[in-house]
Amino acid sequence: MADTARHPPPEHTDFHELEDGEDLFLEPAATQESGPASLPAEDISTNSNGPKQDSLFDDDPEDLFAEATEEVSLDSPERDVLLSDGPSPAITPITPPTSVITPRLGLAHDDMFTHSSFDEIEEEEGGDSFDMHISVSDPEKVGDGMNAYMAYKVTTKTSMSLFKDNEFSVKRRFSDFLGLHSKLASKYLHIGYIVPPAPEKSIVGMTKVKVGKEDQSSNEFVEKRRSALERYLLRTVKHPILLKDPDVLQFLESSELPRAVSTQALSSAGLLRMVNKAADAVNKMTIKMNESDAWFEEKQQHFENLDVQLRKLHASVESLVCHRKELSVNTAQFAKSAAMLGNSEDHTALSRALSQLAEVEEKIDQLHQDQANADFYLFSELLGDYVRLITAVKGVFDHRMKTWQKWQDSQLLLQKKREAEAKLQCTNKPDKLQQAKDEIKELEGKVQQGERDFEQISKTIRKEVSRFEKERVKDFKTIIIKYLESLVQTQQQLIKYWDAFLPEAKAIS
Amino acid sequence: MMEEVKDVSPTLSVHGHNIKVTEALKDGDTLTFLVVSQKLSGTGEYHVARTYDDFEWLQQHLFSQEDVPGIQGVIFPPLPAKAQVNASAKVLKQLGFLALEEWQPYCKALEAFLRQIAAHSILSKNKAVEIFLTSSDPPGRQRIKKNIFNRLSQAVEGMRKEGHKDVDDFFQTERDHNLLLTGCTKTAAEKFLDVVLTEQKIAVACGHFSAALHLCVEPGEDPDKQAFSKACVKLSEVFDSMKKNMTSVAENNLNTLGLGLDLESRYQEAEKEMLFRRTCKLVELEAARKNAEKAKPVKKAAMEEVKKAAETEFEHICGVAKQEIAHFHGVRVELLRQSLVEWCEKQLLTAKENADQFNQHLQAFRGLA
Repeated sequence: MADTARHPPPEHTDFHELEDGEDLFLEPAATQESGPASLPAEDISTNSNGPKQDSLFDDDPEDLFAEATEEVSLDSPERDVLLSDGPSPAITPITPPTSVITPRLGLAHDDMFTHSSFDEIEEEEGGDSFDMHISVSDPEKVGDGMNAYMAYKVTTKTSMSLFKDNEFSVKRRFSDFLGLHSKLASKYLHIGYIVPPAPEKSIVGMTKVKVGKEDQSSNEFVEKRRSALERYLLRTVKHPILLKDPDVLQFLESSELPRAVSTQALSSAGLLRMVNKAADAVNKMTIKMNESDAWFEEKQQHFENLDVQLRKLHASVESLVCHRKELSVNTAQFAKSAAMLGNSEDHTALSRALSQLAEVEEKIDQLHQDQANADFYLFSELLGDYVRLITAVKGVFDHRMKTWQKWQDSQLLLQKKREAEAKLQCTNKPDKLQQAKDEIKELEGKVQQGERDFEQISKTIRKEVSRFEKERVKDFKTIIIKYLESLVQTQQQLIKYWDAFLPEAKAIS
Repeated sequence: MMEEVKDVSPTLSVHGHNIKVTEALKDGDTLTFLVVSQKLSGTGEYHVARTYDDFEWLQQHLFSQEDVPGIQGVIFPPLPAKAQVNASAKVLKQLGFLALEEWQPYCKALEAFLRQIAAHSILSKNKAVEIFLTSSDPPGRQRIKKNIFNRLSQAVEGMRKEGHKDVDDFFQTERDHNLLLTGCTKTAAEKFLDVVLTEQKIAVACGHFSAALHLCVEPGEDPDKQAFSKACVKLSEVFDSMKKNMTSVAENNLNTLGLGLDLESRYQEAEKEMLFRRTCKLVELEAARKNAEKAKPVKKAAMEEVKKAAETEFEHICGVAKQEIAHFHGVRVELLRQSLVEWCEKQLLTAKENADQFNQHLQAFRGLA
């Protein structure tokens, strides 16, 4: 009856990554709880998206709520997908050290945890200051042909008591990282935690590597990916809650990791696309949320603006990187032509000076390349990371809206049940009346839960945003300082080169 | 039209080494250049305005000095191609470095041209030079009758004659070497120009980034927002510095080695043309000799005359050419030396300035954090 029974997770083998044109809700039957009773007379919730099961009404016109179940929450398709890792042993359930999670029916994961326990986790951590150093290194090709993959060494150095050892390393492949992210996302995104997105999949890049092309572009690709994986892990462990997640600990520590199967589908890009689509769907169905808290409105606008600005900056840096690479190529060509000129020259001193010139230019070319790398790895990737992070932030805000919606839906449903019950009072159907009273009792609990959930997610988001903003400033400052250091170093190298060349030039007579 | 200068004063009345072309003025479609020269006696200056056509007038006069023996053996200081307002892409490409920076490098190239002419023992004696430098009226615009250095004919005949074997080892070597160097120098100049153009692009990109950063500045009391805004403003300053840095580096490249390579390249072409003229004369001489040999008694005397004249002219040309070549080698080495030294010194200075600037930024940033 009206309960929160869920469908078993859909066959994940049939799932495929959504292309942009696809509708998230193409298969409502497979992905949602049984259709809501949508009353034609009233507009309960404009987000009800199930098939109108008119048959419901045929049974018993009076018993409008006979088949009523929990309304569909828009995140369920996505969440079902996320959970389609199945009753996987790889997803280790969270057991916070103190207090009790009131588990909902059966499954380890359910709609909302009570998060008071997380607050306690955060407050408890005062003792262990953050001291972790993670590196991703030694990319190694494993296997042959199209089944080949890159294995990366993940080394952790830490003094935190959370870990058994002070220094340890494991081997991981790209899909392991994706798997970690999908688990974290499924556990934390919908309760308001900003889970850092995993690096993007790249079919082209990986195919080249698999096929065994040992050229510069595939080396660059591997390096780019290695760096992205490192940044991803660092961001994840910097989050005080995520750091303590057993999946994260397992990822870092255990030598064997069960293979994450459905990550072919669940790249972070795919996930975020789904989150975005869900968000779009939400917007299309116009959740008119009565935002009682101006803070959220302001913050959402702020992140919208930030998104636009960061994208602009990113485009700008990409252009800069492109020109620098061009400069490197041109400098190398000039060096060659200078060398040829030096060779053709019969005046000895001039010839030698020109050859020296060619050498200097070659060295300068190397500087240009280094500078281009700095431009890219420091700024371009940072900005790209933040553009993706902000998508996650927006997703979290959307979850809050959905949470609110859910709460509202419960309230409305409760109200209707009460009205129906009132009507039943006048009839002589003791069974039905009792049933109605039971339902009301349950709904009241639900409404309370919904309100708590909403408040909790709002509270979590506030904290998360505050942490995010602080991290953002720190991140940018750190990168800028690194960049400036690289600029200073380049100039000093240049000074050395020019100093060495000057006497050669003067020696021409 | 100018009155003829009656006084046969073979030397210039101005200093040759510090002739300046100070400005390029746009007047509609024409470019006018201001030429300033210092009087030899006293402290006066001549300021004259000349268009490109006036420069060509001067060059034509110098080319057409048929009364000067061996004139064809002279390596004529190269005049750059014509500068135009709203020049086409083809013209800009041909001008290379000279088309950049609002014609400033172009003025320098014209300056070099005039100075070399004034310093040339044979060429400086031509009246046209004095008129060009000192006359307040523009020099005459009529075309000189015969242009013995018609480039078109050279190009057409070039195929046949350029490879003509020489009778003199010295000249054969010189021709071969010149051919090699001309190619290498031109390539080096082109590649260097590519470098300069890319540097300019980077400067522009830095400017864009700096501007984009300003858009990230947000008002508000929030300490995090303020911190981020401050960081953006500071970073924007850094990129402004980078823009200035790149611009300086590009300018240094352009004004020293760039111009040096450009002039070197055009000078090599000028030597090539002289050597070619001599080769043509050689071919003519060999033909005249043959004709004199084969001539029937009736024509024999006449052919002998022609042959003798050709021999004399060729001798003169070779004599002048040898001097010119020796001089040329000295000049071009000095020219390159100067360019390289100046280039290195300027870049060294710029690098030091930039190192300081970036260091300051770095310290400021560390202070922020």
